[in-house]
Amino acid sequence: MSSQEERITRHPVLEEHGIRKVEFTFNGKPAVGVEGEAASSALFAMGIHVFGHHHTDSSAQGMFCANGQCSQCTLLIDGIPRKSCIVPLEAGMQIESLEGLPELRDLPGPDVRPPLRTDTGVLILGGGPSGMAAAIELGKKGIDTIIVDDKDRLGGKLVLQTHKFFGSVADCHAGTRGIHIALLLADEIEKLESVDVWLDSIVLGVFSDGTVGIRCVDGYRIVKPEYLLIATGAREKSLPFPGSTLPGAYGAGAFQTLVNRDLVRCAERIFIVGGGNVGLIAAYHALQAGMTVVGLAEALPVCGGYKVHADKIKRLGVPVFTRHTVLAAHGSEKVEAVTIAEVDDSFTPLPGTEKSWKVDTVLVAVGLNPVDEFHRKASQFGMKTMMAGDAEEIAEASAAMFSGKIQGLQIARELGVEDISIPSDLHEKAEVLKSPGGELFPYDPPDIREGVFPVLHCMQEIPCNPCMTCCPKDLIDTSGHPIMGLPEFHGSCVGCEKCVAVCPGLAVTLVDFRESSERPLVTIPFELGEWLLEKGSEVTVTGWEGSVLGKAVIAGWKKAAGFPHTTLLKLETPADIACRTAGILIQDPEEIAPLEEPLEVPLPDDAIICRCERVSAGEIRRHIRSGIRDMNHLKAITRAGFGACGGKTCAALIERICSEEGIGGREITDFTDRPLFAETELGWFSGADDE
Amino acid sequence: MNRKYYDSIIIGAGSVGAPLAISLAEKGISVLCIDRASSAGQGNNKCAIGGIRATHSEPAKVALGLRSLEIFRTWQERYGDDISWYQGGYTYVAYDEGTMNLFRGNVPLQQKAGLNIKLIDAPEMENLVPGINPEGLLGGTWSPFDGSSSPMQSCYAFGRRAEELGAEFAFNETVTGLKIYKNRIVTVTTDRDSYSCGSVVNCAGSFAAGVGEMAGIELPVFPESHEAGVTEPVERLFDPMVVDIRKAPGSANYYFYQHDTGQVVFCITPDPPIPGTDTSETSEFLPLVAPRMTGLYPRLANLKVRRLWRGIYPMTPDGAPILDRCGPDNHYVAVGMCGQGFMLGPGIGEVMARFLTDEVNETDRLVLSELRLDRQFTSEEALK
Repeated sequence: MSSQEERITRHPVLEEHGIRKVEFTFNGKPAVGVEGEAASSALFAMGIHVFGHHHTDSSAQGMFCANGQCSQCTLLIDGIPRKSCIVPLEAGMQIESLEGLPELRDLPGPDVRPPLRTDTGVLILGGGPSGMAAAIELGKKGIDTIIVDDKDRLGGKLVLQTHKFFGSVADCHAGTRGIHIALLLADEIEKLESVDVWLDSIVLGVFSDGTVGIRCVDGYRIVKPEYLLIATGAREKSLPFPGSTLPGAYGAGAFQTLVNRDLVRCAERIFIVGGGNVGLIAAYHALQAGMTVVGLAEALPVCGGYKVHADKIKRLGVPVFTRHTVLAAHGSEKVEAVTIAEVDDSFTPLPGTEKSWKVDTVLVAVGLNPVDEFHRKASQFGMKTMMAGDAEEIAEASAAMFSGKIQGLQIARELGVEDISIPSDLHEKAEVLKSPGGELFPYDPPDIREGVFPVLHCMQEIPCNPCMTCCPKDLIDTSGHPIMGLPEFHGSCVGCEKCVAVCPGLAVTLVDFRESSERPLVTIPFELGEWLLEKGSEVTVTGWEGSVLGKAVIAGWKKAAGFPHTTLLKLETPADIACRTAGILIQDPEEIAPLEEPLEVPLPDDAIICRCERVSAGEIRRHIRSGIRDMNHLKAITRAGFGACGGKTCAALIERICSEEGIGGREITDFTDRPLFAETELGWFSGADDE
Repeated sequence: MNRKYYDSIIIGAGSVGAPLAISLAEKGISVLCIDRASSAGQGNNKCAIGGIRATHSEPAKVALGLRSLEIFRTWQERYGDDISWYQGGYTYVAYDEGTMNLFRGNVPLQQKAGLNIKLIDAPEMENLVPGINPEGLLGGTWSPFDGSSSPMQSCYAFGRRAEELGAEFAFNETVTGLKIYKNRIVTVTTDRDSYSCGSVVNCAGSFAAGVGEMAGIELPVFPESHEAGVTEPVERLFDPMVVDIRKAPGSANYYFYQHDTGQVVFCITPDPPIPGTDTSETSEFLPLVAPRMTGLYPRLANLKVRRLWRGIYPMTPDGAPILDRCGPDNHYVAVGMCGQGFMLGPGIGEVMARFLTDEVNETDRLVLSELRLDRQFTSEEALK
């Protein structure tokens, strides 16, 4: 246990919540945490990352999903085995690590009332961007709607998103941070009389009588909706490699929960696997939280995420290794190091290219899978149901809000509300917002040495245009397409800096030669905390893709008016690099250099595929090679998929092994979907009346 | 057309078909076992919760249960597969005089039939099931030789053993017709192929009546559904299968035990029964079973339910299986297991194999006579 709490006490965007410190014990020793935070986060803040040891092979267990889905964070809390990531910390809690199987002690069960049956017009599963957007449309039409979420607040993953949104201001709050969009939408929902919000409520199953079973705060409820909207979002894909189940190796989403929701300093030195938007943003969030990111690996030749996301972390000094994959996380009780290697065109690691780093955390960000099991069940049972957001199609939150809005209107119409018109451009806009990064254009910054003007370091077509809409003089135009086109500047700039402040990609700078033609001022957006800045000091400036351009002097900074938590940093730069200056280097290259010699790597087949039952890739491969094609059969033999998470993690990994073995999806019989979709104590279903 | 010929074709690779394939293959008979699922035991076998007992009340089931128990108990030492056998025994609990009296009447008869079962009083019950609700507890029965195994692991092991002995399996294949010539089935047709055969055994579980129709006979087998669930694993709480036969609104008996893995597996008998083959999960099950379980064993309130499922009991009018040769001369049936196919399957497999090869012994004759198709179906099982 660490003597000092590992908490983020200063953050450029997030403010410390109103906190009440409470005392609890861990394995009998006194500890301190924040009342109401997840018990798991309280332990992380005490420097405790190992939550116990698995009953089959004594492997160390820790946090994995941070989302109530997997049970890997189970601890004995006041004597009862509970998923610590969804248990709010209370004063006096006695928490013990789970060593092997828990003992079920003679303790009272949950204090709940008997199961209740309820009818409603629309039931929305998931209070994220798409569910909220749908609830707003339904609420405006006065349709009885219940929106259910397992967290203590609405917002879904928006509450983790400290960065500004892409898209357009009018349609999806572009330029506003996700955390603030969540509040805006939640406020709107609160005003709607026909919408009921059920928080801290976990959906357990969809049943054949067209009902949905929900564990609510006061007991179990069985809801029969006329229409069911599944807005359950996505879950992170996993990647099997030796050490991938060690405490300290987890998903980028779990990391964002710990850092951005709970303000816990869960890591010091991080390596990130995956260069999609999630991985790139996680790197940025880590830097904002004051952590070191030693590198990011992406198997493809270019990062799949938006180029502006990749570039902004490169500018701050995060090395991005494309055509690289992770070989192993090393450590016995928790992650101590990581090894990566370059891959060839078929993603096979190239011997001799290994690099290792000392790290305490490996974040896996290799994509998302839709949470669609509720929809599969509801369809099977003939319920009226639809999906929205990531559950339907993985895309950005801006697109999710759109799809929620469309589905909300659609449902209202199907429920017989008259005069519903779904504007024809909605679908079109939704499709645009789902666009991945488009075409790349050559980077050709101006070389002007007079006046004041913005430089747009944005050379990839993405669905984003707030720079255009915020310019008071209408001098920025997204060529050809109102939102996907590349922005171009023409005319006489007034130097208001709004385009610098609004750009979600931090890809706009303002160059000002008006005071000096030798040492012009360059304004760059800076979101890592003003405490890192010192007026008059010399900093290393970087170009749009992170190359070192030279030195500059910090002339000063200010808060951007109307753009919360955005600092505009003014650099006095040499004239010849002013137009190309796009960022400043924060990480010292020496501090993040790999070890001189790479570490020895275990065999890939040692990787654990089913983390609940500890089944290795080698074991699964052997059975597949012996001819097994029925996942239920494989489950019977190996127990893979039998565990707490219900195959949520391993199913996709087994599919991957099958495809490595040349076995296509058609030959495979999938696992059977069965409730409960989140393990729940029997006591929740056996509440008694007070009498 | 040059069809493949098998001495015997078994329809259904489940709790009965798979062990029967072993018993026939052991006799050197060429066997094909056809199943619509993609591996052995993936129909309703895997929906069984895994309890295995010999402590029935009818002589035929006692005999089949005793032999099956022996096969399950000795499987790992004979063949090496872990089938999660656990000899935890069975206990029936009594919280009212009526139930206790029923046990008092039954147990001497069961003892007379050679079963290891006895009456126990409340303190003995508390000792046997530490943590059981003592309020109103009168005692019950205790049969220490009964136990449990994993239906999935077991049926997988049975299928593999049968294959080792030369039996063949045709999975993902549904039987669509039986061609009868001179009162013998000559060809079994599936949705993919057709096979010539010496004999056919209907082990089709909840599809038994439909297969019977193809053979031109009416089998009084009608499916009913039961729901079951499994929890997370915990350290061992108690050994036996705990059966509570009291009725409550919506349910007759319910029972639960702690599997070899530490998980508690549970099931309830709906009252009235739910006919049909629908296996989709209902919203009624948990609110029905949870209060009864936590009432009997309070600390289960803190045990997490992991998964629910619904399986089919192929019922007969008197709650006992039908083992016979009927209709075409070479047509055999081992059907109507009434939810006990898993626990009786290995024993039935042996009896049926001897039946097919004309090697029946004295006990077999008794069993086959008691479970024949043209019986009266009037008796009612005392202890389900």
